[in-house]
Amino acid sequence: MAFQINKNFYGDIPDDGSGANLPQTATENKNEWPLWEIFIRSKQGLDHKHVGSLHAADAAMAIENARDVYTRRMEGVSIWAVESKYVHASNPDDAESFYEPSEDKIYRHPTFYQLPDEVNHM
Amino acid sequence: MNDPLNKYILHLADNALILAQRNGEWCGHGPILEQDIAITNISLDLLGQARNFYQYAASLQGNDATEDSLAYLRIENEYRNGLLVEQPNIDWAQTILRQYFFSAYQYLLYEKLQASDDAQLAAIAAKALKEVSYHLRWSREWVIRLGDGTAESNRRMMQAVDALWRYTGELFIPADYENQVGVDVSLIKDAWTEQVNVVMAEAGIQLPEKTFMQTGGKQGIHTEHLGYILAELQYVQRAYPNSSW
Repeated sequence: MAFQINKNFYGDIPDDGSGANLPQTATENKNEWPLWEIFIRSKQGLDHKHVGSLHAADAAMAIENARDVYTRRMEGVSIWAVESKYVHASNPDDAESFYEPSEDKIYRHPTFYQLPDEVNHM
Repeated sequence: MNDPLNKYILHLADNALILAQRNGEWCGHGPILEQDIAITNISLDLLGQARNFYQYAASLQGNDATEDSLAYLRIENEYRNGLLVEQPNIDWAQTILRQYFFSAYQYLLYEKLQASDDAQLAAIAAKALKEVSYHLRWSREWVIRLGDGTAESNRRMMQAVDALWRYTGELFIPADYENQVGVDVSLIKDAWTEQVNVVMAEAGIQLPEKTFMQTGGKQGIHTEHLGYILAELQYVQRAYPNSSW
């Protein structure tokens, strides 16, 4: 199957560093199951956290595999599985323009307020 | 110790231990990493069940009996596991089908056993039932996947059925000790057969219509495979008695 994957430097980064919009035909081996990203909620009320990835033939198997691989030591109460090709990532080359401009804008941190003592958990 | 309860507990324990040992043979050799972990998880679940039963049997026997002496120091004809669980892995299809046949049986068995008058057996069964329901789900999925997969996976599944079907009848024929204690296994046969038929139909697998059912394992008369399993299982305890980790 030859489908386009919009994937920037996520997971297996190509040697040429190109990344985006590479046709993945070369790596779509028929004998390999697709890769899935696994998110586990460690207990009720908390959010799902990324714990790793695994191979599975379909979503049902991905969840069962995640149960066996990532929850065998009581790590969780809920599992999400997302096929890795649907995860889009920012490009490391964009780091300067993406992240550095915020470095000198400390006024965006809400640290200039005096909080009353009665307010907890801020 | 020859009382029926003791024999029955060892029968339950041996089934779990021998299948755990067989599944454990996959450790490091699974078809892919995720399934390697899955099958060895199941192996460890079964080993845990076996330990619970052996500990209970040892406490009833008294003297010097321990879970280890019961697991490691009996001879072949003292093991009362069914013939099904000692059959070799051969390939993934046969391993999966063996697990499915057994888990479907074990699920129905433990479901009834958790209502046993014997509080200890009831407690072990209730705890194990959660594990077994996952084994059943996992192996059922795989039976359908392989049966309904490619021509090759279907062929392997059919081979597995040919190899294993003859060992399923014994599960539902009560041994002498089962006539006196525990669950009446003849009563769960219909439920098992019905479930298996549904799954096999979905998997596109034809079950044999008439097969001579092998028996004997529950009475200590085993296929040639058990001796080899025990040789590997018992080697360290036999060579270095009473050694511990």
